Amino acid sequence: MWDVEIRGMASAHAIIASSIFMATVMPAALVNKFSVYGTHMVWLYCVAGSITVVNIAVFWLLGISPPTKKNTLSYKISRFFRSCLYFLLSCLFFHTVVVLYGAPLLESALETFSLAVLLSTLTTLRCLCILGPNVQAWIRVFSRDGAMSVWDTSLQITTGCSVIGAWLGAFPIPLDWDRPWQVWPISCTLGATIGFLTGLLAAPVWIHWHRKQLTYKLK
Amino acid sequence: MKLSSSVFALLCLILEIVSIALFLRGFFPVPVKSSFSAKSKVTDIPAEPQTGNNAVNSSRAPALLFKRVVIVLIDALREDFVFSSDGRRFMPYTRHVVEKGSSHSFIAKARPPTVTMPRIKALTTGSIPGFIDVVMNLNSPVLLEDNLIWQAKSAGKRIIFYGDDTWVRLFPKHFMEQDGTTSFFVSDYTEVDNNVTRHLDSTLKRDDWDILILHYLGLDHIGHISGPHSSLIGPKLMEMDDIIKKIHASLISKESEGTLPNLLVVCGDHGMSETGSHGGSSEQEINTALVLISPAFRRKVGLERPAVVEQVDLAPTLALGLGLPISQNSVGRLIPAVFEELSMREQLRMLQINGHQLSQLLQDSNPVFHKEDGYEQFRVAEKAHGSWMKLYVDGNKSEVLSNMGKKVRKQYLDALKAMSSALSKQMGKYDLYSMIIAMTFILQVLFLLLLAMPEALSRDAVVDVPLASSLLSLPFYLLCLFGSALHVLVCTSAGGPCYLCSLPWVLVFSVILLSSAFTCALVGMAARRLPTSNKTPTKSSGWALSELDALLLTGTVFHTLSLGSSSFIEEEHQTWYFLLNTLCLAVFQDVCRRYFREQRQRGEEEDEGPLLPSASDAGLSFSPAMELGVSAGSEKWLALGTPLLTLTCCRLLRALNQTGVQWAHLPDFGHWLNSGDHKVFLSVLAAVSLLLILVLVQRHCSLVSKIALALGLLGVYSYRAAVGNVLFPWPHSSRQVSKGTVEARFVYVFVLGILFTGVKDLLRSQVMSSAVDSGRLKSRGLWEVYSGVVLLVALLFRAHNLPTLACCLLVQTIMAQFIWKKLHYDAAQTTIMHYWFGQAFFYFQGNSNNIGTVDISVGFVGLESYVEAPAIILTALSTYAGPLLWACHLLCYLSSQTDRVVNGLGHGSYCFALLRSIPAVFYVVLVTALRYHLFIWSVFSPKLLYEAMHTLITTVVCLFFTFMDQDRSTRP
Repeated sequence: MWDVEIRGMASAHAIIASSIFMATVMPAALVNKFSVYGTHMVWLYCVAGSITVVNIAVFWLLGISPPTKKNTLSYKISRFFRSCLYFLLSCLFFHTVVVLYGAPLLESALETFSLAVLLSTLTTLRCLCILGPNVQAWIRVFSRDGAMSVWDTSLQITTGCSVIGAWLGAFPIPLDWDRPWQVWPISCTLGATIGFLTGLLAAPVWIHWHRKQLTYKLK
Repeated sequence: MKLSSSVFALLCLILEIVSIALFLRGFFPVPVKSSFSAKSKVTDIPAEPQTGNNAVNSSRAPALLFKRVVIVLIDALREDFVFSSDGRRFMPYTRHVVEKGSSHSFIAKARPPTVTMPRIKALTTGSIPGFIDVVMNLNSPVLLEDNLIWQAKSAGKRIIFYGDDTWVRLFPKHFMEQDGTTSFFVSDYTEVDNNVTRHLDSTLKRDDWDILILHYLGLDHIGHISGPHSSLIGPKLMEMDDIIKKIHASLISKESEGTLPNLLVVCGDHGMSETGSHGGSSEQEINTALVLISPAFRRKVGLERPAVVEQVDLAPTLALGLGLPISQNSVGRLIPAVFEELSMREQLRMLQINGHQLSQLLQDSNPVFHKEDGYEQFRVAEKAHGSWMKLYVDGNKSEVLSNMGKKVRKQYLDALKAMSSALSKQMGKYDLYSMIIAMTFILQVLFLLLLAMPEALSRDAVVDVPLASSLLSLPFYLLCLFGSALHVLVCTSAGGPCYLCSLPWVLVFSVILLSSAFTCALVGMAARRLPTSNKTPTKSSGWALSELDALLLTGTVFHTLSLGSSSFIEEEHQTWYFLLNTLCLAVFQDVCRRYFREQRQRGEEEDEGPLLPSASDAGLSFSPAMELGVSAGSEKWLALGTPLLTLTCCRLLRALNQTGVQWAHLPDFGHWLNSGDHKVFLSVLAAVSLLLILVLVQRHCSLVSKIALALGLLGVYSYRAAVGNVLFPWPHSSRQVSKGTVEARFVYVFVLGILFTGVKDLLRSQVMSSAVDSGRLKSRGLWEVYSGVVLLVALLFRAHNLPTLACCLLVQTIMAQFIWKKLHYDAAQTTIMHYWFGQAFFYFQGNSNNIGTVDISVGFVGLESYVEAPAIILTALSTYAGPLLWACHLLCYLSSQTDRVVNGLGHGSYCFALLRSIPAVFYVVLVTALRYHLFIWSVFSPKLLYEAMHTLITTVVCLFFTFMDQDRSTRP
């Protein structure tokens, strides 16, 4: 059972990771003068979009999402809208945090918000896919020893890695190297993306490595 | 030897500050300066020897040799750009003149730091600027030393300058006409030079100037961009060659019969390394080209190998050529080739003037100048000169006279060479021996601190330093012997200056004894530590870190490592703001976890399935059930809101003062407030801040202190109003701005009163019989001392910085109330957080790692005139107000928590010492390694001074910690 789940997770993560590479490569054919630095916003939204689509598709196909109690259409719609609301709130939350970290308030607000969108895509969206719009479950997963399945653990790892990646990405900004990737918010978005990729890679490996120690309580 | 943690920390810090002082002594050599503050005058020039009566030689000044001088200074003009095959290709005209024309060419050796500003100083003053000069002069960029430009200006010469604006800053109002070009944009290498050249044609046509200085930056910029072998170098050198050709042609066309010849000087300020940078001391960086072109010189017949001279030699040569006195601190000697066409009498006269100036400087700077060879030679040469003059005046024109003249000239030249090298030996060199000794000391202290960590942070907080046993061990005596031998060896063979060698033997021996004992004790402690760590591997695995601990450790390590980069030093505030924000978020997460988990009552099944490596949280396992009953709903929300409020405060304060280098020019809130139009806002803000300070501070004080504090803060406002920073709320009769001395002194009285009450309470708590009462009294006394410090800081802070103080107090209050007490952080964690907050507030105040941001005006608050001691103390206090206030708060907080945290004060002071030592030690080692770095004096040296000062402040704080801790241990 373990191996099956881990293998499934590894393949799902591989698909998500490849979608990021696709989103980096594909627009070059479509958009004129596309480059990760030059047209950074385009790249950012391509990546965010592709991750969204692939995530939703993969988790829907795998059926990881928690079982819904009611199967009516209106419940599904309200779930959908709540998810959207949560996503928006998380964007605003990340935006606020980034501003508190010292991003300019008015100047380049679009860039800051795009970073927030990317971070939300990398973290909140996966939460929504795996746990659904259920704050209690989120708190459970992100409190200590709260994971109850392999997917919860992978969620913890990828989320942590993305945030730490963005955090580390801010370090080179004060250096006076005048490199194109030091422009706000490129280093942070790149950091977050690389962190996310690392998380995707690390999660199955880590779980495989620790599969003896991991025992999940069931509800 | 058993020491309590706080005493141990204090001793370590004192040793550290002494070693840092020794390091600074070695790092910043004392510059050679003559003691006279006045500048050289024509009347200082000695009379020509043995001229009999004065009437024969009434003019003391040497004759003018050149009518006009054009100095073309090409930044980074390496010697081989002119004198190698590259030069023939790219600078054909210059090469032609060098090989065939009437010119002299030299390789001028520049001294490190091979950076533009010190080099300009060297070229104009003839002295070798040390690093300390550069640091000391950061506030006043004006060159106050005696220099060629000043001499020329006071002699009535008209000077025109175009080029690097460093000159304009060094010599304001010296130039008749000037156009400074900023070298800020290194990537631009055409515009900077066009800015200079565009004036050239019109200036060369005119006749109303005597000296023209052109400083071209383009070559240096190309070097920085793409190195000395870049394809851009050739065209740039050709452009320079064209300019030289143009100037030379124009100078030749101006010359007519009967007038004095003109002089064209082409030189570089420093070279360029193989990577294109400069600042260090490699051959390519110090060898610069120097070409002197004038019809006064003999025509060359072929290419000669250019002679090697010192860069500083240009200053006396030009001074003598222009008939000016040589600037006082010049260590250069004249270039004899320039004067070889003169008559023997004139040549000897020039040499005598130069020698006299050097011997004066030698007498001033060297107490044992009699022993110097050069001085003796000069005396002999001067005597010989006298007898030569006698023959000359008698009208002897024989072979004997010319032979004797040649001999005297040789004597003079030898004397000049000896004196010049003796003088330049004294400066521009690091005293590496002192630096290394200081570094070993400071590293020993750090290792001692690190090794003592488990003991110092234990419950007893007692450190056992095996000093006595090490004093009796054999290695100790061997080390002593070895150390003394090494010292003798170094001191007898050292060529350069050495501070340690000039110390008395007794002192040096005690230092060696101490160092050896230290090493032995260190080894002893390490040996003791080793088996225990091997024996109990289970214990170390059980010692888990919470996320917060991990963050605190990573942050400290990150910050320390970031000091290796000059940009991170310039922007250190960013590092601290960043870490502080992360800390607040981590605390927020801790608070969330605590309150939401308690709600869900999942506390008891802790040991199941640890996913994250952190198994047990100190905060959670501590929390007693009693606490649960107390925590009301409102408290939870307050606790949740505290980190968020702190974050908001930090963000607002960050916008108040923009500091650093890269973003320092951006408009900030502080400028907006100070801009004059917004005085009403500033007044309201200052008043509100003062009110907030009063509300926050008065809680713990006695009634008398409360009233004193209120009056004192009122005094602060009226001081600011009197000085003119804020508006009077009441109608004010006299409109003129006073110095506010009365108001400031009024506040000082209250500060002293509050401090006195606090100290009185502290002393009374010693003699109280009941422990509870004495504890309460002691706590109150501490808070009163604290509020006295706050009042003083409020007086010293500028009006727009008062919100910083208010926010500081607000954050301290709420964090202490809702976070540190409630979440049961231990003393070490609290100390690290306090240290981080202190650092961040240091930068929130508007400080930076540049000496220029130190606000010297606070040294005058309440004083009629400048008095050195109080001015320095007040400046230090206001600069380090942030770290100091947080340290004071830590002291108050930990001593009020003695019932909860055992030995909190000991742990606190130990952590403080360790936190200060790690970056300081790392930095000292780093600076030693990077001593030839390009930014060593612009970035690294000021930071070194800041680090030293911060360590001193920390030592003082630790002293107070030890006092407070001591009377705990003496009490039963």
